[in-house]
Amino acid sequence: MTAPPEVLPATGAGSLAWLLFAIPAVSALVLFLAGKRANAWGHVLGVASVLASFVLGVVIFVQTLGVAPDQRTTELSLYSWISSGTLDVDFGLRIDPLSLTFVLLITGVGSLIHIYSVGYMAPHAGAEPSSDSSRRRFFAQLNLFVAAMLVLVLGNNFVLLYLGWEGVGLASYLLIGFYQDRPSAATAAKKAFLMNRVGDVGLALAIFVLWLNLGTLQYTEVFARVGELSGGTILAITLLLLLGACGKSGQFPLQSWLPDAMEGPTPVSALIHAATMVTAGVYLIARTNPIYDLTPTGRVVVALIGVVTLLIGAVIGCAYDDIKKVLAYSTVSQIGYMILAVGLGPAGYALGIFHLLTHGFFKAGLFLGAGSVMHAMNDDVNMRNFGGLGRRMPITFVTFGCGYLALIGFPFLSGYFSKDAIIEAAFGQEGWQGWVYGLAATLAAGLTAFYMTRLMIMTFFGEERWRNLKAPDGEDYHPHESPPVMTGPMIVLAIGSVFAGFVLSAVGLNQWLAPSLGELQESPAGVLPHALVPWLVLACSALGVLVAYLVVGRRPTPVQRPEPVSFPVRAARRDLYANAFNETVIERPGIWLTRALVFLDNRGVDGLVNGLAAGLGGGSARLRRLQTGFVRSYALSMLGGSVFVVAALLAVRFA
Amino acid sequence: MNTAVMNTAVMNTAPDTGGNVMLLVLLLLPVLGALLMYPLRTNVPLAKAVAMATALLEFVLVVVTWVGYSTDAASSGERFQYVFSVPWIPAFGTHLAFGIDGIALVMIALTAFLVPGLMLFAWAEKLPEGRTASGYFALLLATQATLMGVFTATDVFLFYVFFEAMLIPMYFLIGRFGGPNRQYASVKFFLYSLLGGLIMLASLIGLYVTSADQLGAGTFTWSDLQSIAQSTPTSTQIWLFLGFFVAFAIKAPLVPFHTWLPDAGAEAPIVAAVLLVGVLDKVGTFGFLRYCLPLFPQASQVLAPLVLVLAVIGIIYGALLAVGQKDMSRFVAYTSIAHFGFIALGTFAFSSQAFAGATLYMVNHGLSTGMLFVMVGLLVARGGSRLMSDYGGVSKLAPLLAGCLLLAGMSSLALPGTNSFVSEFLVLVGSFPREPVATIIATVGIIFAALYILWFYQQTMQGPVRGNAVIRALEAGGVGGPGAMIDPAVAAERGSGFPDLTKREIGVLAPLIVVIVVLGFFPGPVLDVINPSVQSTITEVGLPDPVPAGGVVGGVR
Repeated sequence: MTAPPEVLPATGAGSLAWLLFAIPAVSALVLFLAGKRANAWGHVLGVASVLASFVLGVVIFVQTLGVAPDQRTTELSLYSWISSGTLDVDFGLRIDPLSLTFVLLITGVGSLIHIYSVGYMAPHAGAEPSSDSSRRRFFAQLNLFVAAMLVLVLGNNFVLLYLGWEGVGLASYLLIGFYQDRPSAATAAKKAFLMNRVGDVGLALAIFVLWLNLGTLQYTEVFARVGELSGGTILAITLLLLLGACGKSGQFPLQSWLPDAMEGPTPVSALIHAATMVTAGVYLIARTNPIYDLTPTGRVVVALIGVVTLLIGAVIGCAYDDIKKVLAYSTVSQIGYMILAVGLGPAGYALGIFHLLTHGFFKAGLFLGAGSVMHAMNDDVNMRNFGGLGRRMPITFVTFGCGYLALIGFPFLSGYFSKDAIIEAAFGQEGWQGWVYGLAATLAAGLTAFYMTRLMIMTFFGEERWRNLKAPDGEDYHPHESPPVMTGPMIVLAIGSVFAGFVLSAVGLNQWLAPSLGELQESPAGVLPHALVPWLVLACSALGVLVAYLVVGRRPTPVQRPEPVSFPVRAARRDLYANAFNETVIERPGIWLTRALVFLDNRGVDGLVNGLAAGLGGGSARLRRLQTGFVRSYALSMLGGSVFVVAALLAVRFA
Repeated sequence: MNTAVMNTAVMNTAPDTGGNVMLLVLLLLPVLGALLMYPLRTNVPLAKAVAMATALLEFVLVVVTWVGYSTDAASSGERFQYVFSVPWIPAFGTHLAFGIDGIALVMIALTAFLVPGLMLFAWAEKLPEGRTASGYFALLLATQATLMGVFTATDVFLFYVFFEAMLIPMYFLIGRFGGPNRQYASVKFFLYSLLGGLIMLASLIGLYVTSADQLGAGTFTWSDLQSIAQSTPTSTQIWLFLGFFVAFAIKAPLVPFHTWLPDAGAEAPIVAAVLLVGVLDKVGTFGFLRYCLPLFPQASQVLAPLVLVLAVIGIIYGALLAVGQKDMSRFVAYTSIAHFGFIALGTFAFSSQAFAGATLYMVNHGLSTGMLFVMVGLLVARGGSRLMSDYGGVSKLAPLLAGCLLLAGMSSLALPGTNSFVSEFLVLVGSFPREPVATIIATVGIIFAALYILWFYQQTMQGPVRGNAVIRALEAGGVGGPGAMIDPAVAAERGSGFPDLTKREIGVLAPLIVVIVVLGFFPGPVLDVINPSVQSTITEVGLPDPVPAGGVVGGVR
C-alpha cells in the first residue's frame, strides 16, 4: 500500500466548500419557515439552491483537477463542534477526489431530479389548494436531504459522518411518509427509520471503539494510526461499520425496508432510494478503506453480504408486479454488487464507486421513467394493468430503454463497463471465493436481464390491457407523454446511462480516485481467465432476456396475478419471507413483551409501592383501635409490660 | 488527618461575612413575585403581567450571571463563584451559603429559560373550578425559587431544606390544578419524595458526625465535607452514600423507584409537568454529581455497578413501557425514565466526557421533554383528552403543530443536529471505555427511542383524520375538556375546528425550537461552562480519565 497522501488546508474555491451544504440547508429552512407565503416560488428556490451547489461543486472539482494528484486531498476546519476533555470533534470538511465525486453525483443527479419534481409534484388541475403547500414541503424536505447527504460525504471525521448519516435518515423518513394520510406510507417510513437505526447502532459502536483506542475520530489521524490496533479490534470495527452500511444501503439482513420505501413520491425513490442515500454504505466502506485493507476476514464478510444481497434482490425482483418494487429490488441487488466490489479490497474499491456512479445515472433514469409511466397511468404501479405504452409515450420508452440496456449490461453501455469489471474482479479472487463471488454475480446478471426484460415487455410492449380496465381511483386510463420539465431530466440521464461507463473509464476514474482509495490493483487471474468473463456474462444475460421473452413476451399477460404458483415464486413474492421473519421473531414477541411489562409495572412495581402504603395505612388503623380511651385498659397494658420487663430481667439474671 | 491539613480545610470555608448577593437576588426575586400574587389575586391580568415580568427579570439576571461567570477562574480550580455565606444556626455549623459551578449554572439557566415560556403557555389555560390564575402563577414562581435554592446551595443542610421545600409548591400545583386523578398523584409524589428526603436526612446527620470526628467541629459546608471525603473509611461512606442515593434515585427517578413519576407527570398541569420532569427531577441527577461522587468517592466507585445496572434497566425498561402507554403524558414520563438512565450511566462511568454529557443531558432533556410535554398540552387543549387513540391524522389539520411535535420527538430520540445528540453522544462515548457492556446495551436503547417516538407520531399525526377527540373538536368547533382554552380572543383568532398553532403558542415554542437546533450545532458555549467543573469533579472522585490523549493504544497518560 502506498503512503496516504498529505492533507493540505483547502484554498481558493475549496474554502467555500461549506456553502455546498449550507445553500440547500438554508433553502430548506426558508421553505419550512416561510409557510404558505413561499408556495408560489418554493420550487424555484429549491431547484436553484441545488443547482448553485452543483455549480460550486464543479468549480471546486476543476480547481482540484488543476493540481497534482498528491495535493488533491484538502481539509477545511470550520469550528470545534463537540469538545470535552481529550475528545475534540471538529466540524470540518475533507475535500478529496472521493468526496468530490459524490458531491458531483449528489448535486448533479439531485438537480435533475429537482427539476423533474417541479413537473411531477405540480398540483394538477382541480387539486386542493393544499397541494401547493405540499409541493413546497416536498422541496424543503428534498433540500434537507441534499444538505444532509453532502455533510455525510464531506465530513472529515466519523461524528460528522454520523450527523449526515442520521440526517439523511430523517429526510428519507419524511419523504417516504410524504403522503401522510396513507397508513402504509407512515408505516414504511417508520420501518425505514428503525431499520436504519439498527445499522446506526453499529456505526455508533464503531465510533466508540475507535475513540477508546485512538483518542481521535478525524479520518486523517485514524487512518494514519489504525495499524497500531490489534487484529481483533480492527475486525470488530469493520464489522460494526458494515452493520451501519447494511442499514443504510438495504443490505442483508436489513434489506426489507428499501422496497417499502417506494411509498414515497417517485422522484424520492430515484434520488434517495436509488442514486444517492442508499449508496452511503458503499461510501462508508470505501472511505474507511485503510481500515478494511488491514483485515482480510472483514473483507470476506463484506463480500459475502454483498453476494447474498445481490442474489436476494435479483430473485425477488423477478416476482413482483409493482414496477417500483421491481426497480427497488433491482437497487438492492445492484448495491449488493457494489458492496461485493468494495469487499474485494484494493482490487475493488474503485470498481464499487464506478458502478455506483453509472448506477446513479441509469437507476435514477429508470425511476424517473417509472414515475413518468405512473404519471400517465393515474399513479397505478401494477404492471399487469400496463402494456403497449411504448407507442403512447415514446420519449419515456426510449429513455427507459437506454436505462434498461445499461442495467442489463448491454455491450458498451454504462453497466457493461462497471458491472463486468466487478464480476471480473470477483472471478479474480483465489479459491472458493473466486467461484462463489463470480458465479453468484454472473447468475444475478442473468436474473437481472430476466426481470428487467419482463418489466419492459409488461409495460411498453404487448396489448394495451389498460383499455378495458379502470384505474384504482376509478377513472379511465389516459396514457400520455409527460411534460418537457420531466422528460428533459430523463433524456439527460439516458445520455448518461449510455455514455457514462465509457467516458468514466476513458478519462481514468480509477486514477482520479487513487489519492482517496489507493491505486486500483489489477486483480490476478484467479479462477477464470479475464478474457472469458465478459462472454460468460453476456451469454448469461442474453439467456435471461430470451427466457423473459419466452415466458412473458410470447403470450398475453393475465391481468389477474396467477395463483397458485410454485414454491419459489411464492417465496419471492413474499420477499423470501424476510418480513414474515421480522414479524414472527421481533415484532410479535416485542408487542407481547411490552404488554407484559406494562402489566408488571402497574401491578408489580407500582403494586408493591401502593401495597406498602396500604399496609402502613391498614397497620396504623389497627393499632389505632388500641387507643380506646379507657384508663383501665391502659393500666392493664402497663401492668402486662411491667411484668414482662421484670420477668425478662429475672430470666437474664438467674439463667 | 493532622491539624495543619484540618486547619486549611476549615480555612477553605467561605468568609461568613456575606459575599456576592447575586444568587440571593435570584432566589428572592421569585419569592417576592409569588408573594405579590396574593394582593393582586383580584386583578388577574395584572397578576399575570407581574408574574411574567418577574420571570423575565429573573431570566435577564441569570443571563447576567452567566456572562459574569469566569470559565478561566473555574479552570484554575476555583470551585464556586458568586459565593455568598453567612452563619445560619451556629450550634449546628450551618450556613446560608450559596455558590455556583458550571453545572449549577446551566441548571439555573435552564430553569430561568423555561419559566417565562411556561407562563405564556399557561396564559389562557382553563383552570379547575375555584382556582385563580394568581395562585397558579404564585406556585410556579415559588417552585422556581426553591429550584434556584437547591441548585445554588453550597451548605448541605441548606440543600436538604430546599430539597424538601421543593415538594410543597409542586404538591399544590399537582393537587390543586391537576387532572382528574390529581389527589392520588400529588399525595403519592409527596410521600415518596419525602421518604427519600428523610433517609437523606439520616445520612446528612451521619455526615455531620463524621465531619465532627475528623475536623473537631461538625460542619455542613460542602467544601469542608469534600476535603475529608478521601479520608473517610469506605464502609462509612457506603452507608452515607446509600442514604443520599435513595433520595436522589427516587427524585431522578431510577427504576424501580419510578412509579410516582407517570402518575405525577400525567396528572400535573402541563406547566408543572415540564418543571417537574424537566428540572425538578434533575435535582436527583444533579445530586449524584454534586453530592454522591465528591463526598463519597470510594463508595461511588464500589457501588457504581449497582447504579449502572439500574441505569441500563431504566433505559430499556422505560423505553419499552413508553411504547405501551395509551396516555400521552404518561408516555412522555416513561420516555424520561429511559433518559434518566442515560444520565445515570454517564454519571457513574467516571470520565470527563461522560460527566459533561450527563450534565448537558440534564439541560437538553429539560428542553426536549419540556417541548414534548408542551406539545401534548397543545393537543389536549384542542381535543380535551390525553388518550393517544383519541387523536389521529392531526398533521392534515394542523401541519405546524405536527412539525413542532416531530421536532420535539427528534430531539427526544437524539437525532444529530438537535441538542440531545451532543449529550447522548458524550455520555455513550465517555462511558464506553470503563463500561463497555452497559454502553452497548444503552446504545441499543437508541433503537427503542426511535420506536416510541415514531410510533407516537404515527398514531397521532399521520394517516387519515380520526380519533374521538379530533372528530369531536371538528364537529363542535371547540371543546370544554380539562385544559381546554377558553380565552375568547384566542377562540376568535382560531375559529372552530382543530386549529393549527396560534401566535401565542408559536411564541411559546419558538425559543425552544431555536435553542434545540442551535445547541445541536453549537454546543460550545454550554460545554465551555460545564467542562471545568467536570474536571473538578473528576479530581474529587480521584480517578484519572480512562482515555488519554491519543487513545489507550500508544497514548500517554
